[in-house]
Amino acid sequence: MPAISAEGLERAFGELKAVQGIDLGVEEGEIYGFLGPNGAGKTTTVRMLTTLLLPTGGRATVAGHDVVSAARAVRGSIGVALQEAALDPLMTGRELIRLQATLQGIPGAEGRRRADSLLERVDLADAADRRVGTYSGGMQRRLDLAAALVHEPRVLFLDEPTTGLDPVSRKTIWDEVRALNDAGTTVFLTTQYLEEADQLADRVAIIDSGRIVAEGTPDSLKAEFGNPHIAVQIADGGVADAEEACRRLGPLLPPTDARTVAVEVESGAADIPRVVRALDEAGVAVESLELVRPTLDDVFVAKTGHHLLEEEDEAEEEQVGK
Amino acid sequence: MSRLAANARVVRALGMRSVRQTFRRPQLIAPIIVFPTLLLAIQTGGAGGAINLPGFPEVQGFLQFMLAGAMMQSLMLAGNSGGIALAVDIEMGFTDRLFASPIPRFAIVLGRLAGTAALGCFAALWFLAIGLIFGAEIESGVAGALLAIVLVTATAMAVGGIGAAIALRTGSASVVQGLFPLVLVVLFLSSAFFPQELMIEPAKTIAEYNPLSFVVEGIREPIISGIDARATLEAVLAILGIVALGLGLSARALRHRLRVG
Repeated sequence: MPAISAEGLERAFGELKAVQGIDLGVEEGEIYGFLGPNGAGKTTTVRMLTTLLLPTGGRATVAGHDVVSAARAVRGSIGVALQEAALDPLMTGRELIRLQATLQGIPGAEGRRRADSLLERVDLADAADRRVGTYSGGMQRRLDLAAALVHEPRVLFLDEPTTGLDPVSRKTIWDEVRALNDAGTTVFLTTQYLEEADQLADRVAIIDSGRIVAEGTPDSLKAEFGNPHIAVQIADGGVADAEEACRRLGPLLPPTDARTVAVEVESGAADIPRVVRALDEAGVAVESLELVRPTLDDVFVAKTGHHLLEEEDEAEEEQVGK
Repeated sequence: MSRLAANARVVRALGMRSVRQTFRRPQLIAPIIVFPTLLLAIQTGGAGGAINLPGFPEVQGFLQFMLAGAMMQSLMLAGNSGGIALAVDIEMGFTDRLFASPIPRFAIVLGRLAGTAALGCFAALWFLAIGLIFGAEIESGVAGALLAIVLVTATAMAVGGIGAAIALRTGSASVVQGLFPLVLVVLFLSSAFFPQELMIEPAKTIAEYNPLSFVVEGIREPIISGIDARATLEAVLAILGIVALGLGLSARALRHRLRVG
């Protein structure tokens, strides 16, 4: 039985169709990445799957329970960390985790024990009795994650868990997500960061304008868009010789500038020595060499006609602006 | 643990959070304690001679008469502050945390009301203490003081239901905060601060039918004269009416919020 399944899931707000018939299946123990730009329908989908919003069409189950007819059973099986860390700035970290334990029906002494253990785990033990309003963004996200874990949920929903975080905090969250997944927790992760989906997810669904436009493992999605290529920047005067040498190794790609030669290869890194040898034998002086693989952005562009990276940059700027 | 006991534990935990939240946010506690205390001091000091007016009830002093009004003002503003705090929770997404938990969703409203009731109880104790410190007597003794505390606590919860309903319906702290002057208008159009018999029309007629007048008289009687069965019964009925209205509106607003997300 899949940990999460949806068939024709829809949500409309008046005339606006935010989610337009999503089908998906997430297996137990999987990290499922839900990748898309702002306004694509990621959060609306998560809110339906976590019973915070009623679907206007289709059906979905989480941990084997229908999100509409067995909503309370769903809520007992999931942990949720929403996009805007839903924290009370006037509570202390310890108070928040203990309250969450009570909400999950965990007895007092056990709730206190778990709170202490989780605060230790997310490296907030020293700040546990400080008010949440004094925490940094990274600390707040770690606290939110800890609160979502207090009842050891089967399925964890993380809605853009690292948006606006610095690289160090982002990596801390990634490490924690991997550790949780290693322990058997199914993770449904929405993100607008390509790297996050690529690094963390076993499978990725790309959503745009309320529809899933592609789904698969990051490698299989990227493989649909050709082999990697090696881009070589040539010192003055050797471009023609370099093209001649590289043509024997694989098809050449259109040059991005006058001093670069790009050749498509099959394996990737394993092909670099062949290219270097061929250029050396042709007497070509190389300034730099780079292995370029297809990215999820290439997949996104092919499926939607626009770049996710631009959206990613805008999202970063928005966060900085905030 | 039975389902009922588990739910009671959730309501208690949310109520305690609500009380902590109020005491940690000065803009929430100030209207409940500071403003009514200041108004009590100003009115008692400035209009104390009113007790000599013909038709004014027989009282030991103006402070004794005003204690019930100060408690009413405090509990009304506690209900309003509770609504503001709930709206803030909605605005910052904290209610999503609660809605995503396996608890009956009305427990979220009851938790908030439990907190408001606790604040009402605190306000009753505060003003009784002020009264006793400054020489006001509780004519019906400990039993009367306990009756006043119970009525104030219950009314705070009832009024909190209306604040919660508005918060759930609008999801906006500024809208709930905007009702602050209206709360005072409704209160001034009752017998909270002045005897109904001495009011002029149309305020007198409005006060006569204002449910808050029944509540305030139920609180005042044990303080200024003695426990009066009729006044107590009328106060209880008025409170039950406000409870029914507040809880009904809250339940409806909650259903609306869950439907629209």
